Amino acid sequence: MMETAEVLKVFARHRGDAIVIPGRGGRHWTSISTRPSLDLPLGDPAMGGHASYALGVALAQPGRKVVVFDSEGDLLMGLGTLATIAEQQPGNLYHFLLDNGCYATTGGQPVPNAQNVAYDALARAAGYNRTHRFDNLESFAIELERILAASGPVFTWLKIVPDVENRPIKQRSKWQTRARDQVIADLQRELGINRGAKA
Amino acid sequence: MSETQKASLSPEGVLGELRKNGVTHVMWLPDSETNWLYMLMKAEPSLRLVGVTREGLAFSAAAGVWTGGKTPVILIQNTGLMESGDSLRGWALGLSVPVVLVVGYRGWTRHGVNSDTAATYTERFLHAFGINYYLVEDDSDAPRISVAFEEARKTKRPVAVLVADEYHGFNR
Repeated sequence: MMETAEVLKVFARHRGDAIVIPGRGGRHWTSISTRPSLDLPLGDPAMGGHASYALGVALAQPGRKVVVFDSEGDLLMGLGTLATIAEQQPGNLYHFLLDNGCYATTGGQPVPNAQNVAYDALARAAGYNRTHRFDNLESFAIELERILAASGPVFTWLKIVPDVENRPIKQRSKWQTRARDQVIADLQRELGINRGAKA
Repeated sequence: MSETQKASLSPEGVLGELRKNGVTHVMWLPDSETNWLYMLMKAEPSLRLVGVTREGLAFSAAAGVWTGGKTPVILIQNTGLMESGDSLRGWALGLSVPVVLVVGYRGWTRHGVNSDTAATYTERFLHAFGINYYLVEDDSDAPRISVAFEEARKTKRPVAVLVADEYHGFNR
């Protein structure tokens, strides 16, 4: 089992100019990233959509790597997205799954069949080109460069330690440093996207 | 040409509106009668079709396409729209995504009497989320699709087009 922050620190050394959607890793990533204008720390706009959102970004920006840190509860809400991603075959999409086995932000209740779901097998069966599984940081650190060098879509299942949050939502510390609109505007500016262009 | 055919909404007209508005990606889940539109879209080189497995996923995918600088449209049925409530809230409204939703209006009748609860709740659902919408019945209404795109751009919000012709226009 790995700590999310440690996973992200290892990843940061290899991110290059990839667009990063940190998902529920955002609370750690915002203090680790050195390229915030290429990050999309959106928190949780609506659970179940991070992988599809990343797919959309990857399709719109085929010349740039897109990395998403999904979570297993999120993915389980929309497992069909694995089939959509596999059908679209975005060569620039790197789908990492932070699996802590539970709904950490609601008190740590286990996700259905938490100990037995093989997420890498699900992705492979859906048609991902490559899948990986890691439960220790050393192996992940050794393999990460090779993972990111391969053509996507690549799925990497990471077993992480739960970081359970039990305080009521209003009492939790806010980790976002920018509003969502600003996050997107910053990325679009970095990529030279004209927001006044057609919808 | 029969009266029914004269009054129909042609898939070519819908496709023309998508092209006119610079659509690049169609996030969609087919509804019961849109196969001809599907075949036209598939043959259109300027469009990439992204089939989703649950309509809510169309909203997050469309938000991603828009974030990346391209122009998505969402093509789903009203039943799927209602399934998508939280995604519409979080991914489209929450991120101020100016996306047009082309929604098959299953169960709609001109006289307002229907036997399908999908139609009963469609406009109520849109009202609840504050989504403006335009009804499109036949080709003479097709320019409303461009009106919807323009409104989405100006307001930075989703705008819906309700396709009330579902049961004959797209079904040849």
